[in-house]
Amino acid sequence: MDAPIIEAEGLTKRFTSRKATVEAVTDLTFSVAQGELVAFLGPNGAGKSTTLRMLTTLIAPTSGRASVVGRDIAREAAAVRARIGYVGQLTSGSFAQRVRDELISQGAFYGMAKAAAAARADALVESLGLSGFATRTVQQLSGGQKRRLDIALGLMHAPPLLFLDEPSTGLDPQSRANLWEHILDLRREHGTTVFLTTHYLEEADRYAERVMVMDQGRVIADDTAAHLKEHLAGDAVTLGLDSPGSADRASSLVAEVTGREVRRVDATTVAVHVADGATLLPTLLRRLDAAGVAVVSATGVPPTLDDVFLALTGRTLREANLSTADAQPDTDPVAASATAEGGDR
Amino acid sequence: MTATDTWNVMTRELRPVARDPFSVIFSLLQPLVFLGLFAPLLVGESGASLADTLAWFVPGVLVMIVLFGTGATGSNLQYEMMTGSHERTLVAPLSRTSLLVGRALKEIVPIVVQSLVIVAIAWPFGFRANLLGLLLGLVVLAAFGVGLGSLSYALALKTKNREWMFWAVQQSLIFPLLILSGMLLPLDSAPRWMSAVASVNPVNWVVQAERALLGGDLAASAVGWGVLSASAVCAVGLTVGIRAMRASD
Repeated sequence: MDAPIIEAEGLTKRFTSRKATVEAVTDLTFSVAQGELVAFLGPNGAGKSTTLRMLTTLIAPTSGRASVVGRDIAREAAAVRARIGYVGQLTSGSFAQRVRDELISQGAFYGMAKAAAAARADALVESLGLSGFATRTVQQLSGGQKRRLDIALGLMHAPPLLFLDEPSTGLDPQSRANLWEHILDLRREHGTTVFLTTHYLEEADRYAERVMVMDQGRVIADDTAAHLKEHLAGDAVTLGLDSPGSADRASSLVAEVTGREVRRVDATTVAVHVADGATLLPTLLRRLDAAGVAVVSATGVPPTLDDVFLALTGRTLREANLSTADAQPDTDPVAASATAEGGDR
Repeated sequence: MTATDTWNVMTRELRPVARDPFSVIFSLLQPLVFLGLFAPLLVGESGASLADTLAWFVPGVLVMIVLFGTGATGSNLQYEMMTGSHERTLVAPLSRTSLLVGRALKEIVPIVVQSLVIVAIAWPFGFRANLLGLLLGLVVLAAFGVGLGSLSYALALKTKNREWMFWAVQQSLIFPLLILSGMLLPLDSAPRWMSAVASVNPVNWVVQAERALLGGDLAASAVGWGVLSASAVCAVGLTVGIRAMRASD
């Protein structure tokens, strides 16, 4: 097997702003294999962007080390930069520049010859649905078009590894689906490794093969979405009974059949989380029927990553996003500018 | 720093200018207003001829172009920091030094174009410039502009996400520098403390050098002081600018 394309060891970032010290990322150790599509999932301020900014050499880690495409992020920052593509949270294109000009400049930045850069720019304009906008300025593009240009800029030099920071935030559902089509095409055609952050559950769930859940600076789970859901959350099976008495009897019977803890949702409703709700439900209903317990309703709902997050942290992702929205170290300008010291390369 | 990186950064900066050359002319509005509305007042005040007044005033207007145009150029970078494209260039394999120097060198193009346009406009009104002096004068302005532009970029980098602070600092520096340069009105009748401050104002020396150069007095001591001042601004500006860019994230 090839060497991992990303290897992080004890990666830690502390920001000091005024007198407070915030540890944005704590002791992060992980690796990503070539060709993987990894989603970094977590609420605002979880440390996702800070991690990405360390891996892309924008900020130096406080401690720990990482190699990206075989190069050390601290000692060989220039070599890392030459080998990765990065699409930040904001707009990559300068508002005053024309779309095609900006792509060609980007090619030059990565050492591409003029003709090759022009050909590549035209191909990307075409494949990302920007034909007809090549001579527009970035300012004139719609949100979805700007985002597609960001992706095109990140792909100009055909990097083996592409970092995407919240690629679909702020896009309407159709633009988001369209964007994902392009990302998936890219992987199919070029085997590009994609490492992205998102706080959209559906997105991580639907597209990523591997989900790393991050909360308060730490990775608290790392697996496929299917495994995470199966192991950490399970299907939610909910039964409605005709009386509190039936609910009592149902409770003990369901506990006996599943071996799981049964929750009493209200007087006549019981719920249980199980690995395979779809096949368990008929069995449960037959057993309850045989025992003379009258079931009036039954549902089996597959888990979401939000259930996973809830199981891991005790709060939902939405709650976590709300509670941390005010204290987000990633975008704190004072914190971000006060600490970074970079070299020339 | 590599020459290729610097070249690539500079040509990128020049692309919007090449696409829309009128933008360079349009930003001449302010110096033209001074030329059209202030010069006649000077004529009335001093009693000198229009040609003599222009010979004194036009070199100052050229320095004014640099002061206002280049002094504000950091706001472009600040906008790109806000919208995100600066971050993209930081992740590209470009040296930090080139990112700053390429941007600063780009300033030479509008300075030269705008200066020549102002000279051409003043010409029919009796303004005359020594051609070798004009050429040398443009070199001095370019060096001064590269330094001032770098300082403007440094200010933008230091005032990240605080646009108001960029303008507050920029405006509170530019106007004293302007008035204490003798660009608009002679400082002959200034109180002693003002003369003292003006004598260490590099802009003052650049203005005096431009007057001597465009007037054909190439051997004047003011030329030496102007060249020295412009070189000092250039060196200090680049040093400060490069340091700020290296700390940029």
